[in-house]
Amino acid sequence: MIRYFIKRILMLIPVVIAVAIVIFTLMYFVPGDPAEIILGAQVTQEQKDALHEQLGLDQPYIVQLGRYLYDTFIRFDLGTSWINSKSVSAELGARLPKTMIFAIAAMVIQVLLGVPLGIFAATHHNKFGDQLTMVIALAGVSIPSFWLALMLMLLFGVRLKWLPVYGVEQWQGWILPVICGSLGVLAQMARQARSSMLEVIRSDYIDTARAKGLPRRTIIYKYALPNGLIPIVQTLGNAFGTSLGGTLIIETVFSIPGVGMYLQQGIATRDRPIVRSSVVILSILFSLIMLLVDLAFAFIDPRIKAQYARGGRLKKKRAKYNTRGKEAA
Amino acid sequence: MRSEMHDRLQFAGIMEPDEQEEAKKQSQFLEVLKRLTRSKTAMIGLIIFIILVIIAIIGPMIAPYDYAEMVVSEKNQLPSAVHILGTDDVGRDILSRLLVGTRYTLLLGLGACVVGLIIGIILGCVAGFFGGWVEEVIMRLCDVMQAIPGMLLAVAISSALGNGLVFTIIALSIGRIPFVCRMLRAQFLNQRKLEYVEAAQAENCSKATIMFKHILPNTISPLIVATTMGVGNTITMAASLSYIGLGVQPPPPEWGAMLSAAKGYIRHYPYQLLFPGLAIAILVLAMNLFGDGLRDAMDPKLKN
Amino acid sequence: MSELNNNENNDILLSVKDLYVEYTSDKKIIHAVNGVSFDIKKGKTLGLVGETGAGKTTIAKSIIGILPVPPAKLKSGEIYYEGQEITKLNEKEMSHIQGEEISMIFQDPMTALNPTMTVGAQIADGIALHENLSKVDSIKKAKQMLELVGIPSERFTEYPHQFSGGMKQRVVIAIALACNPQLILADEPTTALDVTIQAQVLELIKDLQKKQETSMLLITHDLGVVAQTCDDVAVIYAGEIVESGDKYEIFDHPSHPYTLGLFGSLPNMVKKGEKRLHPIAGMMPNPSNLPGGCKFHPRCPYATEECTQDIPELKNIGGTHACRCIHAGNLVRTDETNEETKEG
Repeated sequence: MIRYFIKRILMLIPVVIAVAIVIFTLMYFVPGDPAEIILGAQVTQEQKDALHEQLGLDQPYIVQLGRYLYDTFIRFDLGTSWINSKSVSAELGARLPKTMIFAIAAMVIQVLLGVPLGIFAATHHNKFGDQLTMVIALAGVSIPSFWLALMLMLLFGVRLKWLPVYGVEQWQGWILPVICGSLGVLAQMARQARSSMLEVIRSDYIDTARAKGLPRRTIIYKYALPNGLIPIVQTLGNAFGTSLGGTLIIETVFSIPGVGMYLQQGIATRDRPIVRSSVVILSILFSLIMLLVDLAFAFIDPRIKAQYARGGRLKKKRAKYNTRGKEAA
Repeated sequence: MRSEMHDRLQFAGIMEPDEQEEAKKQSQFLEVLKRLTRSKTAMIGLIIFIILVIIAIIGPMIAPYDYAEMVVSEKNQLPSAVHILGTDDVGRDILSRLLVGTRYTLLLGLGACVVGLIIGIILGCVAGFFGGWVEEVIMRLCDVMQAIPGMLLAVAISSALGNGLVFTIIALSIGRIPFVCRMLRAQFLNQRKLEYVEAAQAENCSKATIMFKHILPNTISPLIVATTMGVGNTITMAASLSYIGLGVQPPPPEWGAMLSAAKGYIRHYPYQLLFPGLAIAILVLAMNLFGDGLRDAMDPKLKN
Repeated sequence: MSELNNNENNDILLSVKDLYVEYTSDKKIIHAVNGVSFDIKKGKTLGLVGETGAGKTTIAKSIIGILPVPPAKLKSGEIYYEGQEITKLNEKEMSHIQGEEISMIFQDPMTALNPTMTVGAQIADGIALHENLSKVDSIKKAKQMLELVGIPSERFTEYPHQFSGGMKQRVVIAIALACNPQLILADEPTTALDVTIQAQVLELIKDLQKKQETSMLLITHDLGVVAQTCDDVAVIYAGEIVESGDKYEIFDHPSHPYTLGLFGSLPNMVKKGEKRLHPIAGMMPNPSNLPGGCKFHPRCPYATEECTQDIPELKNIGGTHACRCIHAGNLVRTDETNEETKEG
């Protein structure tokens, strides 16, 4: 199994490099001459050429890409900002912890509240508690998080003055951002946990367990829950991705100096090194979390664990399909 | 349920397999429709959605004022009989702007999902049809796209393409493609195993026939459900893009852009933020209600 | 036979009296079981025969108390187990019957086992619950059970996905028999298995039943299985028993048109001349909209005008044999179409 883990981590490398290529290419096509962005609109052609040469922008696309990849993955240098010439690596290093605290706190709340709420709704199916939970969850997935952030900020920050309006210097500053950043996914998770538990409760093996005379609690927690959790764990990685995307907006609303706000500054000033490095770094983080979730998944589902232990079994199966497809054609 | 019905018919021996298949499809569709119309929440969602579609079409006609007309003397007015939802920072009627803006927000959400669905289906079919290295390339591309969190991908594409309705639809749709592609492929792999495909192969059907006549029709309903349920989320993302200065920017009164313009006035004129946000929430809610109903109608075992 | 045996009879282990079960779905009421009564004698096997959807599984689930409520509802009727009415028992009282006195073998071994638990744990937890054994002892007993159904006890810690269909069904049987129940409800125990495995599994069930002197309710649509295994037979159609009695009586003198139809749709190995099977025309009535009169009349080749009006009683037609048909013993074909298919 350890060999499988290592293999999965190695498989991540080409994906990450491909992400970097995609993002670099997208940023390459951002409209506007970098020289004008950096020096202002009133630059002369000579100044432009000089700057292009200095930044290597006169080189063909493929050379620029190669240099970017070399700098990023071999030298671990994410370049410098065009606007203020500060090192992007240093900035990201300073900002990343805040974004991580934010996203991880949101994820913990989502799992610790969302899943139990969903189980509660499923076990009280069609009763008042279930219906109330689901109405709230539906509202939760429908309200845009940044708007909720603005409204809560208005209520608790501006009107009631209970919580700071922006900044996270005090710990209270985290309360509103984390609530707003987690609510959407939390509600989605509760809905998912409910429907997944309901489906599991209907399955035949629950009948088998009931026919054994096992108490209801044992059936729900020992039989239904591990099976009901499988699809939820599968979505955890994507939930983290959504939270990470959400930080971008929430950070700007609450002026939290994290990667999200940095990225937004980069977008506003068309500062390409900032934008592409922020996106790449967040994507790498996201991929790592996805990998962790995948591996965690193997631990609850013995079917997957067995596949991992046996190694390339899945591949063989696919090869069989391919040959079968060819026969048909 | 389905297999029970099947057994029953076969036991009774009254229908040929082909007839059974056809009758099943027909009755399934009607059954879904019947269940859908019986779901109160789905119908509420659908009605709100239809009303918003009508507003999107006739918005400018029913708007009490010109949405772009700035009357500086009437700026930042609270809701009143004259301006039901008040006016914004340059004296434009907020209600009129919301009514006209409906079409942009709706078009963004629906457009991105439909474009994503179509491109996803095409790519998924190409992958399924050719298999081999073509499939491999398409699926690895999907991996790469999905390694970037959805919102970040939309932000990156949107900043590369620039602002505007069409560019934003493209930016939002690309994030949905790998999702559709994956779903389609998973279904392909599942369906390939099922007996009816084997039966079709045994009858010497061509691969294209199998794919378009047998696999795709059986795969389309989960895709439609997923797409409907994705519209709400996409609308929120579109509004978020506009809010941070990408996406659709003024003059079109897209709701997210209206929020963006009003965010500086949160202390003094919070109503300017309240109404566009509420409008987004209602639209997203309607889509979610309808999507939930559609899912339950197509997969009734989850209900009750 | 239910009319013949009275309640005081000591031979009777389980007695179902006038059972009605409904399902509510989308505000429609589905009449799944409509006044079913039967007895199961100690040490004997009753075969419950009928098409899919006739209400057989619902009867079994009602007996062992695992109807999905809602949507299902036990509307009326009583179930006596050793003279005790068990439909009104609360969850805790019922848990002493479930698994301990009555147990169930499920139809589809692929879905009847919890995929996230080892098969051993799934056998052992029932044992630990009912026999008050320590963890170690219940594991020991569970291993014995595995050996008993022909699975090496080393496979105790494996998961269901590591077993084949037939092996899974053996595990399901081991779970059902783990606490030496008095009554086994076997719900189509072989339907989902390969034909070659079917015989093995059936033989295993019969063997174990004999060893433990257990009674059994065998639900099936396979008359061959009934012939091999059962002592008594009850034929069920649209939630009603249409014919019941001793196995030999039913096989030698089938009296209800539906039973006749069932025999007609069996491939006959003896009569070589007949190449075609005779399926029963039409399909099971929609249980939310049952026909008036005799529920079988729309499909019955012997139906007359009265059949559409009168609701027939299950009446005794000699010995243990009972039949729900007003023309029992006096059937005259009233349709031509079926005759034609016979010739074709």
